[in-house]
Amino acid sequence: MIAATLLALWSHWRRHPIQLVTLVVGLALATGLWTGVQAINAQARLSYDQAAATLGQDRLPRLEGALTLEAFAAARRAGWPVSPVVEGRLRGTSLTLYGIDPFTLPPTPGGVMPDLSDTDVLRDFLTGEVVFAAPETLARWPDALPPGRPLSGLAPGLVMADLTFAQAQLSQAGVTRFLIAPGGSGTPEELAATIPGSTVVQPEPDGDLARLTDSFHLNLTAFGLLAFAVGLFIVHATIGLAFEQRRTLVRTLRALGVPLSVLIGCLAAELLALTLVAGALGVALGYIVAAALLPGVAATLSGLYGAGVAGSLSLSPLWWMSGFGMAGLGMAVAGGLGLRQIARLPLLAPAMPRAWARAQRAGLRRQAAAGLVLLGISAALGILAEGLLAGFLLLGALLVGAALLLPPILTVLLDLGTQRARGAVAQWLWADTRQQVPGLSLALMALLLALAANIGVGTMVGSFRATFVGWLDQRLASEMYVTASNVEEARAIEAFLAPQVEALLPIVSQEVTLAAAPGEVFGIVDHPTYRDNWPLLAASPDVWTKLSEGAGVLVNEQLARRQDLWPGAQLDLGPLTAMPVLGVYSDYGNPLGQAIVGIDAFSRAFPEAPRLRYAVRVDPDTVPELAADLSDRFNLSQDQVVSQSAIKAFSLAVFEQTFSVTAALNVLTLGVAGFALWASLTTLGAMRLPQVAPVWALGLTRRQLALADLGRALVLAVLTALVAVPVGIVLAWVLLAIVNVQAFGWRLPLQADPWSWLSLGGWTVVAATLAAALPAWRLWRMPPADLVKVFAHER
Amino acid sequence: MLLSVSDVHKSFASADGPVPVLRGVSFTLDHGQTLALTGESGSGKSTLLHLVAGLDAPDDGRIEVAGKDIAGLDDAGRAAVRRRDVGLVFQQFNLIPSLTVAQNLSFHARLGEGVSPERLDYLAQRLGLADLLARYPEQLSGGQQQRVAIGRTLAAEPRLILADEPTGNLDEGTGDDVLSLMLELVADSGAAFLMVTHSDRLAGQLDARLHLRAGQVA
Repeated sequence: MIAATLLALWSHWRRHPIQLVTLVVGLALATGLWTGVQAINAQARLSYDQAAATLGQDRLPRLEGALTLEAFAAARRAGWPVSPVVEGRLRGTSLTLYGIDPFTLPPTPGGVMPDLSDTDVLRDFLTGEVVFAAPETLARWPDALPPGRPLSGLAPGLVMADLTFAQAQLSQAGVTRFLIAPGGSGTPEELAATIPGSTVVQPEPDGDLARLTDSFHLNLTAFGLLAFAVGLFIVHATIGLAFEQRRTLVRTLRALGVPLSVLIGCLAAELLALTLVAGALGVALGYIVAAALLPGVAATLSGLYGAGVAGSLSLSPLWWMSGFGMAGLGMAVAGGLGLRQIARLPLLAPAMPRAWARAQRAGLRRQAAAGLVLLGISAALGILAEGLLAGFLLLGALLVGAALLLPPILTVLLDLGTQRARGAVAQWLWADTRQQVPGLSLALMALLLALAANIGVGTMVGSFRATFVGWLDQRLASEMYVTASNVEEARAIEAFLAPQVEALLPIVSQEVTLAAAPGEVFGIVDHPTYRDNWPLLAASPDVWTKLSEGAGVLVNEQLARRQDLWPGAQLDLGPLTAMPVLGVYSDYGNPLGQAIVGIDAFSRAFPEAPRLRYAVRVDPDTVPELAADLSDRFNLSQDQVVSQSAIKAFSLAVFEQTFSVTAALNVLTLGVAGFALWASLTTLGAMRLPQVAPVWALGLTRRQLALADLGRALVLAVLTALVAVPVGIVLAWVLLAIVNVQAFGWRLPLQADPWSWLSLGGWTVVAATLAAALPAWRLWRMPPADLVKVFAHER
Repeated sequence: MLLSVSDVHKSFASADGPVPVLRGVSFTLDHGQTLALTGESGSGKSTLLHLVAGLDAPDDGRIEVAGKDIAGLDDAGRAAVRRRDVGLVFQQFNLIPSLTVAQNLSFHARLGEGVSPERLDYLAQRLGLADLLARYPEQLSGGQQQRVAIGRTLAAEPRLILADEPTGNLDEGTGDDVLSLMLELVADSGAAFLMVTHSDRLAGQLDARLHLRAGQVA
C-alpha cells in the first residue's frame, strides 16, 4: 500500500517537472545563501579565536598603557612573572606583527608558540633573521620581512617575531602589553599600581576582534536570513501549489482506502527526500558562495578592523549538518501548512477549483490587519527601543509587515484599475490581473522584500558614500603625510621640510584603554588646518583654543555615542586624568574609540610616544617633486610619503570593499526573487489555461493573450516596485539612524537617490519581462489543439 | 448558406500514430435553422464543433462560415470569425471568474461591435439575471451560470451559435428550462444554432439532427 501511495504521489512530480525543479532549486537557493553567510562567519570567528588565543591572551590577564622595557625589567626583578609583547600593524601591509620575549613568555596550554628548541633557529629568531607566520600568510609574504617559517594554528595575518626586531619594525620604543603569568606575588592590580599609566585588562574568550566585528557579522547574518526568507517564499508557494493540485488525488487515495496516517507519512517522507536532495545542493551552493565572497570579506575585515581572516574555507562537519538542518527547517515551515490542510481535508468535500487561491483571497483582510499590526510594532520599536537587536527586530517587523500588506494593496489598486477601464479587453486584463494576485502573492512579496532591501541598502551605501567623500575632503586637508622610520630620522625630516612648506603638523598617538575598550589618543597642534576643516558634530565655545590650552578633549562620534560623551561630559584619559569633552567629531570607518588632546598635554602624558608622523601643508603642485626629493634624501618607502590623493583613494577603496559583499548578497537576493517570480508565473501559466482558453475562444488571438500575460506581469512588478520604494526608504532610515549607530557608532544623513531607484525600477521591469517571457511565449506558440483540450476535458 | 462543411477530415496524433476522428463529414446549416449533433462518445461531435468554431483547423476539407473558408484563415483571421460571426456556449460555462455577471454578459459583444444597454437589459430580464448583475460567477448556481453564458453569446448577436452539451452540467429540470429559453432567444435573434448533445430527448427539440458514428455522418 505504501509503495503504491508513494508511486501515486510521485507521479505528480513526473507530470510537473518544472514544479519539482522550482521546489528543489528554491530550497537549495535559500539554504545556499544562508549557509554561505554562516560559512563566512564561521571562518572569520575561527580566525578571531586563533588571534585571541595567540600567546594565551584569551586566558591570561595583561597590563596595558604606558609600558616600557625598563618597567618590565623592574617588574621581573620584583618577582612578577610578566612577559612583554609589542603589537602593531606593519606599514604598507595588512599584517599584524607580534614581538615576544621567548625567555619570559609563559607556557600556554593549547596556545600557539614557535618551536625554538633548535639553537640555530633561536639565534636566527633573536637576531631578527627569521620570523613565524601561518602557512597561508607566508603565501603572500612581503619583501620587507625576513624569511618566514610556517607556524600552523597561528591566526592568518599575524607574524610572530622577536621583541627587539618588532620594536624596530614598528618604530615603537615602548611595549604594548605585559602578559601576567600565574604565580606572582600579588594581584595584577597590585602590579598595575607600581607602574604609572598602566591598567589591568582581564582575559576575554571572545577577544577584541570578535567584539569589534560582531556588528559586521550580524549584518551578514541578517542578509543571509533575508535571502533564506525570500527563498522560503518560493518553496512555500511551490509546495502550496503542489498540494492544491493533488487535492483530488489525495481524496481519491483516501476513498480507495489509504489511511490518513499513511498518506501524511508518505507526504512527509516525500518532503524529507526532497529536503535531502535540496539540502545537499544548498550546502554545496553555500560552499561556493562562501568561497567566492570570503576573499572580499577577508579584505574588508582586514581594512576595516585589522582582523586577519583566512582566505580559504575550512569548515567543520557541524556546519555541513547545520546546512541540512536549515533545509529541513525551511521545508518544515513551508510544507507544514500543506500537511495540516491535507490532514483536515474532508473525504467527501466537493472538488473546488482554485480553492487555494480563493482561500488566500478570503484571508486578505486578516493579512492586511496582521501587516498593519507589524508596521505598528515596527514604529513603536523605532520610537521606544534601543540596541542592535531591537533595530533588527524593527527591520523584520517592517519588512514582514510591508510584505503582508502588499497583496491587499495590489488588490485595491487593481480593483480601481478594473473600475476605470473602458474597453472589454482592458477591463478583463485588470480584473484578471487582480485574480492572479493570490497565486502570485508569495512571489511578489519575495520581490518586494528583495527590492526594498536593495533600495534600503543602496540608499544607505549611497548616503554613506556621499557623506564619507565629503568628510574625507575635510578631514584630509593636508597635502602630504610623512612617516619617519625613527625619531632621529623624524628630526632630520622636520629640519629639511620646515623651510620649504607652509606648515608641518606633527601627528602623535598612543594606544590606550578608553572607557574600558581599546582606543587611541592623538595629540595635535593648534593650526587653521584643524580649526577650518575638522568636521565637528557638536562643540563647546572656543573649542580649539581650549583644546590647545589642554583644557579639554575632543572625542570621536563612536566613543561619544557609546559612552554618551557630549560637550560638558568628563572623559577619563588614564595618565591625563579626567578631562571635559569639548567637542565631538565624525570618524567614519574607525571601529575604535578615539580622543584628541592638545600636543603639549599629550607630550606630558605620553613622553615615550615617538613623534614620527607629520601632516604637511604645502602648495599642492609641489607635492610630487617634494615627495620624490624626500624619498631620495631619506630613503623613504612609498608607504612613508603619501599624498593626500593617495590616502583618499585608499580610503575610498576600503569603503567600496566594505560594501562589496553587501552588494553581492543584494544582487543574489534579487536574483532569488526573480526566480520566484519566474517559477510562479510558469506554474500559474499552466494552471490558468482553463481561464485563458474561453477568452481565446471568444475571439482574442494567442498573441494578444501572450502580450496580455506579459503586460500583467509588468503591471504587477511595477506596482510592487512602487510599494517597495517607500518601504526601502524607511529601511534606509532605520539602517542609517538606528542600526548603523548601534553597530558602528556613527549616524549619517539620509541622501535620497531617485535615479538609482528609477534604475532599479528599470531592472525590475527587465526581470519581470524575462520571468514572464517563457510562459507568454509558450501561450503564444501553444497549438490550438492544446487550448481546445480545455473544453474537451470538460466531460 | 450560413454554414457549409464539406468533406472535413481531422485526425489527432497518438503514440501509435495518427488517430482519425473525422472522416469526410459534410453538412450545411442556414439562418434560423437549429441542428442537433449527436453520436456516441468519441464519434467526433465536439471535434467537429471546435472546427466549425474556428478553434482548430481541419486536416482536409472546407468549412465556410458566412461565405468565408475558415479552414484557410490564420490564427488572427479565425479569432476575428469567433469575435464577430460565431458564438460559443460550453458545457462548463467558462465564464470569466474575475468579471461580474454584468461584465461577463457584455464581454463577447464588446470584443466586437459592442452592445447597447437596452439589449443587455432585455437579455438580463429574459434570462432572469437582473438581480444578479453585480455578482461574480462563483456566487451563482450552475443554471444561473449557464444563463449568463447564453446571454454572453446572444449579446454579441452572432450569426451562428454553437453549443457543446450546454445542459450537460445541469439537472434535467434546470437543463430543460435553460434549453427552452435558449431556443426561444435564438429564434428571436434569427441565428443558426448547432448543438452537440448525447440526449435524444433534447435533440428532438431542434429542427434537425446529424448523427455521427466513427467520424462519419451515419
